[in-house]
Amino acid sequence: MVNFAQGDLMMLGAFVAVTLIGGVGLPWVLGLFLSVLALAVFGYLLDAFVLRRVLGEPQFAIVMLTIGLGFIFRAVAGLVWGYDPQSFPTPYTGKSLRVGEIVVSYENFAILLGTLVLCVVLFLFFRHTRLGIAMQATSQNQLAAYYVGIPVKRVFSLVWAISAGVAAVAGILLAPVSLVQPGMGFIGIKAFAAAVIGGFGSIPGALLGGWIIGIAEQFAGVYLPAGFQEMSAYGILIVALILRPQGLFAQIQRKKV
Amino acid sequence: MRFLFKTHYNQDIDHLKHGGDRFWYGLLLVLVAAAPAALGTFYLGELNLVMIYAIAGVGLMLLVGYTGQVSLGHAAFLAIGAYTHSLLLGAGLPFLLSIVAAVLVSALVGAGVGWIALRMTGIYLAIATLAFAMLTEQTISRAEWLTGGFRGLAVPQASLFGMPLTQGWQHYYVTLTLLVLTLLAALNILRSSTGRAMVAIRDSEISAESVGINLAVYKTFAFALSAGITGLAGALFAHRLGYLSPDAFTFLISLQLLLMVVVGGVGSMRGVIYGALFIGFLPQLLAIARDTLPPRIAQAPGLEPGIFGLILVLVILFEPQGIFGRWLKIKSYFQLFPLYRRATHRRQKTYLRTERLR
Repeated sequence: MVNFAQGDLMMLGAFVAVTLIGGVGLPWVLGLFLSVLALAVFGYLLDAFVLRRVLGEPQFAIVMLTIGLGFIFRAVAGLVWGYDPQSFPTPYTGKSLRVGEIVVSYENFAILLGTLVLCVVLFLFFRHTRLGIAMQATSQNQLAAYYVGIPVKRVFSLVWAISAGVAAVAGILLAPVSLVQPGMGFIGIKAFAAAVIGGFGSIPGALLGGWIIGIAEQFAGVYLPAGFQEMSAYGILIVALILRPQGLFAQIQRKKV
Repeated sequence: MRFLFKTHYNQDIDHLKHGGDRFWYGLLLVLVAAAPAALGTFYLGELNLVMIYAIAGVGLMLLVGYTGQVSLGHAAFLAIGAYTHSLLLGAGLPFLLSIVAAVLVSALVGAGVGWIALRMTGIYLAIATLAFAMLTEQTISRAEWLTGGFRGLAVPQASLFGMPLTQGWQHYYVTLTLLVLTLLAALNILRSSTGRAMVAIRDSEISAESVGINLAVYKTFAFALSAGITGLAGALFAHRLGYLSPDAFTFLISLQLLLMVVVGGVGSMRGVIYGALFIGFLPQLLAIARDTLPPRIAQAPGLEPGIFGLILVLVILFEPQGIFGRWLKIKSYFQLFPLYRRATHRRQKTYLRTERLR
């Protein structure tokens, strides 16, 4: 299952956080927790009521469906929260961490830390829990997973819940750095590039892919003429797909017919 | 029900199977040809746009509906066709030659993309074409010495057979002629061995390969063909726009083209026409709907893409075969009148396996 609306789920998570923390005035930690929970429930319901209907249709249908959903989310967010960039206070806003000569703002440090924690948790989850392994099995072969007794539909809904929750965390961490607005989900395309470069189904791969794209963008911004910065992510994506279409960390080797 | 008594093998591959078909398509052609006399300038222009969309849709349908390769980046080919045509026209090339050149350049780029895309299937292909479209958009906006970047590029006035194309009806007839030719070419390709090979690739790459179809050749050809036809639409679109800039060819346009193919009905040329009519007249419907909605919703800037998304979702959920599929169902309901069974049109389900285990 491929989700082209992931960036927009992230945007929704950030907006929920804006409402809860900035609007209602909840403490940051509680707001974070509640927004992630809200998005997870939303993801579960989205799958249960909308996406489950295309189970068994060609994959093309799922791609188009999630693209369409992304457009709807953006329009709805624009209607509800408006198009002005917004943000919310965090306990670490404006402070910075000093390690020797290096100064890192806590906002960026939080992103780094949050990413690491998420990756470790997700990695352990997919490697060591029954549910995580069931999810992997479902993604590899739906029919076979069903035969061995995995409740495929419920597992799919749970996958959506997790992925929406993770997207919300990403949105909340990103909110202080790049403000919250309906178009912020476009970064999702780059996240996609990261996942493809690393190889779908591999969390270390996604991390490495994201790292490659981020570094390449920064270097292109400094050393190459203007314009290459925006292009570099897509260029790398195409090169990676040509050279190694299965990703750097391929989940499974290709089966010969 | 109608039973055809066939007396000749060629009747199997006729475009128009029987007298009824000939009558209705003939009537349609007469009506479309007479349209400029009956319609005002505005609706003639809109019809012209619909036909341009239809040409691009034929290109995309050949790729998505008949070869099974999903492209999320067809706006790039539209852009390449439009820019090539206007630049060559500006350099003094005659209209017809510059259109041919635009088609060839787009087809060449399409062949390149198709060749690169050979190793990818399904979702990876879609992402790669998306990345290609983003790259093209960026390149056009940065190559200011050639394309004018965001300052834009004025499309020069065209003239055909020594007659300047200024009036709406002139553009209308040019587009109509090219649309009919494109449709005929596409239909003829589809009933040739090339077209059958493309359909075989769509249905199963493995079985196509095992009956001796060279996947690489036919996939690259399908990409080139599709890109060329879309480039033709781009050249005509340039005249419609009058002024080219990169933000006329965004991801939203690629999505609109794909929406057209999906709403019309994947895998049918009539579906392209239905889809083009739908996409072409949707903005008018939205404009009418805006008057009835409360102003806070009606004036929201993101409304149109949102509606597009909503339609896409609804079509995929409730009528995956699009308008043409619905029409077939209605037709067979009346043909089989008391005996129609819903299950006749049910599609086989295919359960997803990871793409790396092909």
